[in-house]
Amino acid sequence: MAIRERMSGNEAMAVAMKQINPDVVAAFPITPSTEVPQYFSTFVADGVVDTEFVAVESEHSAMSACVGAQAAGGRAMTATSANGLGLMWEVLYIAACSRLPIVLACVNRTLSGPLNIHNDHSDSMGARDSGWIQLYSENNQEAYDNMLMANRIGEHPDVMLPVMVCQDGFITSHAIENIELLEDDKVKAFVGEYEPEYYLLNKENPIAVGPLDLQAHCFEHKRQQAEAMKNAKKVILEVSAEFAKLTGRKYDLFEEYKTEDAEVVAVILNSTAGTAKYVIDQMRAQGKKVGLIKPRVFRPFPVDEIAAALSRFKAVAVMDKADSFNAAGGPLYTDITSALYAKGVFGPKVVNYIYGLGGRDVKAADIEVVYNDILKIASSGKVESTYNYLGVRE
Amino acid sequence: MAYNLKEAAKKPERFTGGHRMCAGCGAPVVVRQILRAMKPEDHAVIGAATGCLEVSTFIYPYTSWNDSFIHNAFENAGASISGAEAAYSAMRKKGRINYDTKFIAFGGDGGTYDIGLQSLSGAMERGHDMVYVCYDNGAYMNTGIQRSSATPKYADTTTSPAGKKIPGKMQVRKDLTEVIANHHIPYVAQTAAVGNMKDLYEKAEKAIYTKGAAFMNVLAPCPRGWQYNTPDLMDINKLAVETCFWPLYEVIDGKYVINYIPKNKLPVSEFLKVQGRFKHIFKAGNEYMIDEIQAEVDNRWATLLKLAGQA
Amino acid sequence: MSCKSCKKELKTVTPDVTWKDITEGGIIPYAGNADLFKTGDWRSMKPVWIQEKCKQCLLCYPVCPDTSILVNEEGKRTDFDYDHCKGCGVCVKVCPFKAIDFVEESK
Repeated sequence: MAIRERMSGNEAMAVAMKQINPDVVAAFPITPSTEVPQYFSTFVADGVVDTEFVAVESEHSAMSACVGAQAAGGRAMTATSANGLGLMWEVLYIAACSRLPIVLACVNRTLSGPLNIHNDHSDSMGARDSGWIQLYSENNQEAYDNMLMANRIGEHPDVMLPVMVCQDGFITSHAIENIELLEDDKVKAFVGEYEPEYYLLNKENPIAVGPLDLQAHCFEHKRQQAEAMKNAKKVILEVSAEFAKLTGRKYDLFEEYKTEDAEVVAVILNSTAGTAKYVIDQMRAQGKKVGLIKPRVFRPFPVDEIAAALSRFKAVAVMDKADSFNAAGGPLYTDITSALYAKGVFGPKVVNYIYGLGGRDVKAADIEVVYNDILKIASSGKVESTYNYLGVRE
Repeated sequence: MAYNLKEAAKKPERFTGGHRMCAGCGAPVVVRQILRAMKPEDHAVIGAATGCLEVSTFIYPYTSWNDSFIHNAFENAGASISGAEAAYSAMRKKGRINYDTKFIAFGGDGGTYDIGLQSLSGAMERGHDMVYVCYDNGAYMNTGIQRSSATPKYADTTTSPAGKKIPGKMQVRKDLTEVIANHHIPYVAQTAAVGNMKDLYEKAEKAIYTKGAAFMNVLAPCPRGWQYNTPDLMDINKLAVETCFWPLYEVIDGKYVINYIPKNKLPVSEFLKVQGRFKHIFKAGNEYMIDEIQAEVDNRWATLLKLAGQA
Repeated sequence: MSCKSCKKELKTVTPDVTWKDITEGGIIPYAGNADLFKTGDWRSMKPVWIQEKCKQCLLCYPVCPDTSILVNEEGKRTDFDYDHCKGCGVCVKVCPFKAIDFVEESK
């Protein structure tokens, strides 16, 4: 019997962490993720979790402490945003290559500069090559559910990789919405215990973690790491299927909204997908055949499935809430077009819209502009420009 | 238990040969003795910052460490061991671990005085039950002898070379032992490998077995960077102590104790003249440099004596 | 006592190990296996133990950076571990009884 509640995205993530009851949470505050360690600290102070909370002096130390804790044999979690993730950058790579399934709640906020505390995806996108599994969440429910699944995904013996669960800063992290929580004992049973084969605290078999790994062996370790990321897709689907049986909430690699007979679709991550669903409903009422694909799993990137799903549309608008500044297109656009090309899918015309940077409000009207654009492209077959900024004052 | 060289010799070796540290390096000598102070039945989780020690003792697929060991990055030995210690606390409480484990982080002066200072400070302030050992060889040796904030004034390093216009490092060295003493942790010690290693061993034992945060700053001469005759390692350590360049002292719950006051305090030039990195200060016209260094040593020694109430 | 006397079987990973077989995450679960790596060929000078002069004062064994002066169960030093000794000469200098000679390594 699910527990009906209403809470912000931040509280939802903190509650998930409470129910998981990790061994260590090492976190440093940064807007808008600050509430996650704050809520969690209350749980610690009230004795409702057994977690050791390490109030580290920077995000670099937060991730470093998580690495030490996870390597020691404990479950470690943290939360951050923007420059906090930026400051953790080198340690993210170390966590991934050391195969430590740490879980990080990433409350998306734009990376400085300029300094801006509002939402875009430049932080987690900046970490897309770090070797972390990345799951994106449209709302508080998805954030909560993804957090519950993260440990099971990361700790799977075929994977053993760290996982970051992303949600939009302020937009969903601070908005109070309805949510269905799982009971504590059900979470406990689902998440299970972390029982690594090798851990620092094992007196019987001491290990050494983090070697100087020279030319003779480094490459093999990297190949192994690549294989783990490949394995992650299957594991994510398996864990999600088990989760669906437990809760009735189904999660796939991406969500498809009204795509069955769509002519054109937009591809959008996180909360703006929610706005798009509203726009789709409005436009469908006018007879326009529009749809949405909302990726949940960005790393590993589901090349086969995305290419297959997009192949039948006439035009696709990939909306990026981050720019790569490669003078060509945003990160989601780059991964999608490369997937299409790799799979020999040349049918759809794919264009990119960079939107909402620095928390610029994204209105229904903006999304409508995008759909009208791609409907025009679908009928004319002509693309004027692939790399576009949406909503900037010209 | 009072230190006995022969009894200590029978204890298990926790640090093996087969590492790639330079012949005659001062750091592994320090490490061996510190680890020897552990009880044989205790397990340790040892961390190290990137640097000579870590890089040379842990080249895949070999490790010189008989205990568990973690290397994370350059500046986070303090934070990494904090995390491991926190996991231990949690797992001990849950009953998943039921034996004592000691937490020891090693960092060179680079990874401790400079880039690792924040992480060390945080770890000490939070009071994790751990020891941080700085092996101070006075420069970023692993990357080729660049200056650090631990480098003595006028020393020749590759980023503070003794050149025609500037005679080496122009800043006095930072006193990290004092910085950490002012974190008000239970145990702080400054030590070196001298004589039969009694000072180093006893301080290591205290540091490891004092509950809470402990810090040791240990001199670790580097034959390459300091440019001295390699077999003279123990003489160099002795000179550092006898000149009061490197006083041996402890701060136990805030109380200063100087462990060795030389009967005949040697002029610091005795320590400097055997090291090639100071050879330029012995040129005619550079006497003022030696005087400055002597004044600095004397000043700090006088301050220390006062703090210890032994003035 | 060194690893040589603790009778622990040391293992390592071969240079030609495949990516499927290599240890996950670069972990080395063979603590102290550096003992298998020989550094004796670094020597250009060699310490030689003169047993007759040795008073077993034990001032030499702790100053060896390479754990190459072994001490047995009775607390007495035994001969050098020439597989690991790098010939640094620190022990030679430290011995108060001149019981360690320092000679050129014969190649």
